[in-house]
Amino acid sequence: MARKASKTATFQGYRRENGRVGIRNHVIILPLDDLSNAACEAVANNIKGTLAIPHPYGRLQFGEDLELHFRTLIGTGCNPNVAAVVVIGIEPGWTGRVVEGIRKSGKPVEGFWIERNGDINTIASASRKAKEFVQWASELQREPAAMDELWISVKCGESDTTSGLASNPTVGNLIDKVDIQGATTCFGETSELTGAEQICATRAKTKEAAKKFLATWGAYNDMIMRNKTNDLSDSQPTKGNIEGGLTTIEEKAFGNLEKIGKTTKFIDVLKEGEIPSKGRGLYFMNTSSAAAECVTLQAAGGFVVHLFPTGQGNVIGNPIEPVIKLTANPRTARTMSEHIDLDVSAILRREMTLDQAGDALIDVMVRTCNGRLTCAEALGHREFVLTRLYPSA
Amino acid sequence: MATTHFLVHNNTDTVGVVVVEGVKAGDTLTGWLMETDGTVKIKALDAIPLGHKIALSPIKKGDTVLKYGHDIGRSVAAIAKGGHAHVQNIKTKRW
Repeated sequence: MARKASKTATFQGYRRENGRVGIRNHVIILPLDDLSNAACEAVANNIKGTLAIPHPYGRLQFGEDLELHFRTLIGTGCNPNVAAVVVIGIEPGWTGRVVEGIRKSGKPVEGFWIERNGDINTIASASRKAKEFVQWASELQREPAAMDELWISVKCGESDTTSGLASNPTVGNLIDKVDIQGATTCFGETSELTGAEQICATRAKTKEAAKKFLATWGAYNDMIMRNKTNDLSDSQPTKGNIEGGLTTIEEKAFGNLEKIGKTTKFIDVLKEGEIPSKGRGLYFMNTSSAAAECVTLQAAGGFVVHLFPTGQGNVIGNPIEPVIKLTANPRTARTMSEHIDLDVSAILRREMTLDQAGDALIDVMVRTCNGRLTCAEALGHREFVLTRLYPSA
Repeated sequence: MATTHFLVHNNTDTVGVVVVEGVKAGDTLTGWLMETDGTVKIKALDAIPLGHKIALSPIKKGDTVLKYGHDIGRSVAAIAKGGHAHVQNIKTKRW
């Protein structure tokens, strides 16, 4: 029996230097660029309890795409789920830029670079610092925090028609309930609102936010129209979506939009990986609809816990923010149970109401915030995928 | 409660979603109209997999298909009442 969510739901989190509250206590070893992955992984291997975040980019990027690279790495380091950061880059210039960006959050951070040191000396110096950080972080204690200090992101994946019927509305039910309690929340997936974009615009709190949303959606759609070679029926909906019964992008979009509930309005539109600055409430972030790209950007935006409804069974996790999975597809719940944190298929059998499902999700979310590992964490899913706006120079 | 075989988001929808496994051609299916908490019965003309759509009324070629009370695309082939409605007979109007 699901616990009835209290109006004043609280959780136990780590209070950071800048006042934000995290639900994990990671010491991360963050590479500036592809060349520094090996050193970062060596440090994480040397110093137990630290986590390397390898990725394939960071060389010869320029303009807006470079700004997004820095914004994502700095945002990742600043995320309240991170206690301290070791940054390693090939050279000191851009490494220093990431270090200084993270330092503004007030948390411990130090940078190391490989040129004129080599991998081995860099690994030795960075390992000493990582050891100091992880021992310091291991003494930090969780403290009580209120729902208005929690930042929650949502995104669905490998959706099918059961997503729009039940698992996405369950997330929407939670969003409506926590919005009243002052939570900061975020949805994205720009291309996946195609067909429902006008309805989505009516969910903006202000005319300005509606206009900004439609301009953002329009620019993304123009990019798709410029580059497409067919009707995208191989990509959006995905093969898995189609297998699960979704036929068109319009159908997928209306199901997707169920995640923001019935009453909550979004207050602003964020760039990719941008940190919200207009206070508590729901935000739309311009993101790809690919799961790992989207969640990586939301984590860079400062969101600490993620709700991920799936139909056919997307298995994504994220190294920074725990990803909680729910499904309403009874076959997925049966055949992929190790990936599913909450089974709401009873809604389809009319054995569970949406309100009960929303409360059950709040319960799982609070337990996750208090420290319970998600299925994706236990299974080691740490998909960290940087978004690119165009090719490197 | 008797088994619910398919769900309909909105009463104006022209398709519903099968939510059980193993629906075969000729099965009489019970549907739940979620908007008004009503019930509807339809005979399936095809085997329809879990999560796939069933036409609630005859859909002519070129008709707009409605789900969530909204336009989700157009039919590119006629679909009989009780038929399997999917990529073989419905396409996006967008891309």
